Amino acid sequence: MSQTTTAPTIGFVSKKTDVRWIPVIGLEVHCQLKTETKLFCSCRYEFGASPNTLTCPVCTAQPGALPVLNREALALAVRVAVALGANVAPRTKFDRKNYFYCDLPKGYQISQFDQPFCTGGGLTLPSGKRVRLTRIHLEEDAGKAVHDRGDMTLVDLNRAGVPLIESVTEADMQTSDEAYEYLTSLKEILQYAGASDCDMEKGSLRCDVNVSVHPEGEGWRTKVELKNLNSFKNVKDAIEHEIERQIEAYESGDKSKFPVQETRLYDATTQTTRTMRSKEDAHDYRYFPEPDLVPFHVDAAFVEQQRTMLPELAEARRARYQRDFGLSPYDAGVITGSRAVADFFEMVVKLNGNAKETANWITNGVLANLSDPTIPAKTIDELPFRPHDLAELVELVTNHTIHNNVGRTVLRTMFETGKSPKQIVKEQGLEQVSDEGQLEKWCREALVGKDKVIADVKSGKTKAVAALMGPVMKASKGSANPELVQKILLRIIQTEM
Amino acid sequence: MTQSDIDIVKKTAKLARLELGEAEAAKFGEQFGRILEAFQKLAKLDVSGVEPMTGATELSDVLRDDRAKPSLERERVLANGPKQDGEYYVVPKTVGGDA
Ligand SMILES: [Zn+2]
Repeated sequence: MSQTTTAPTIGFVSKKTDVRWIPVIGLEVHCQLKTETKLFCSCRYEFGASPNTLTCPVCTAQPGALPVLNREALALAVRVAVALGANVAPRTKFDRKNYFYCDLPKGYQISQFDQPFCTGGGLTLPSGKRVRLTRIHLEEDAGKAVHDRGDMTLVDLNRAGVPLIESVTEADMQTSDEAYEYLTSLKEILQYAGASDCDMEKGSLRCDVNVSVHPEGEGWRTKVELKNLNSFKNVKDAIEHEIERQIEAYESGDKSKFPVQETRLYDATTQTTRTMRSKEDAHDYRYFPEPDLVPFHVDAAFVEQQRTMLPELAEARRARYQRDFGLSPYDAGVITGSRAVADFFEMVVKLNGNAKETANWITNGVLANLSDPTIPAKTIDELPFRPHDLAELVELVTNHTIHNNVGRTVLRTMFETGKSPKQIVKEQGLEQVSDEGQLEKWCREALVGKDKVIADVKSGKTKAVAALMGPVMKASKGSANPELVQKILLRIIQTEM
Repeated sequence: MTQSDIDIVKKTAKLARLELGEAEAAKFGEQFGRILEAFQKLAKLDVSGVEPMTGATELSDVLRDDRAKPSLERERVLANGPKQDGEYYVVPKTVGGDA
């Protein structure tokens, strides 16, 4: 990439030397594919399952066991390629990547070396920045080594053989924010495509970073690889720290301190990185074609089939919600934050035709309740009620059957009991009272002894009547129609007092 | 046998986690040298226009459906390991690996 495209605000100007340092950042992201079974055997995988309960002769590398590729894994991988505008190779094969570690029973990982299933593609960040992909390949995950229990290492092979796609970007990013944005966008696309949960906490998304810095106008310098990044925030912090470390090293002028090609581990507690391995002990993976697997052909029809399986992606939905439904960019952003929420929203709107109110009830009501620790449901998939019920609630509020605040209580009860809003309103007698005789009775009671308010209203300060609303609403247990109450209060004061 | 043959043997042994003494390295270095020589002859062949072979069969596109089958019983599969604690395989402490 030519340096002349670098925006003037990019990089860091050294106070010491006045040099502008330009960071160069690339990401390697591993995502677990959401298949039922592993990549090359029929074992299920489930995060958190009891150790070594999900293994078979293939994924524990018993002699003679042979791998067979999971059709769905290939389909999901191709679907991701389509979503990212990448070129799907008509022919692809697998290779052995050889290394020894206790979580890798075969002594090699089945991966793809020179014929990945897809190359190219990329994604455009919300900021407009384009990040290109070099390639995406399919590979199997390793097991898990547990080091923190005594003086031995414990090995769990449940994860061994789980399908991963590794996507590698070009070094197109220059700030930690761009890296963060890239990860957020990638995660969103993979989640919408139904290809991966991309949950870093459960290890279904893992990210390594390559960082280097160089003075503006000069060529690229040595890149350093960062590992052990357990959240998007870690990625951002680690990049910032590493940029600072490299600039300081170069500016020291001491060549022995200059960055060397190495892998560094990030420590989130100290927010620093430390050497894991240098170039000298870099691995020699001795890739060679996996003789136990045959080559695979992906034809145009298969690619097209996966294209039809792609739902409308988040970016497109955000634009549509603003354009067709008049939602604010903020609401559109919150609702498309997860595909499940966006799908739920659309199902409700289909039923009640009221997108704006529905958006309000989802962002301020449903999502707020989901993040309440006392509510058992944690995600939209765990809601104890259906889109039909939320559509009904929105309707009850907009047609003034119940007051907005009562609606909130009803929603809470829906979360607690799973009952329909109409049933809750009926059982608890929450229906809004618009009967003028009853309302007038509550109003007259509220006016007793409120001479100051009455005087204020009579002198033209009609807003003063707000002070009487509380007592009336309280007397009616929240069921009084507030607009009518206000009207009646003003009428009584202005015509009778 | 050249020094480079011995170096290749030593590197290969290191990658394969094998311990080699100097005498062994020299012995295998000589054998390795002969093997590499044979392959160098092959490498001189003109194979332009020959489709690279990635497997020994004519088969392609062997896939399976994404349907789960029962996994092995833990007790039985763990018994194949050299040491285990009923839940995990137990191995010597290996921190800072390749995961
Ligand atoms: Zn298995």
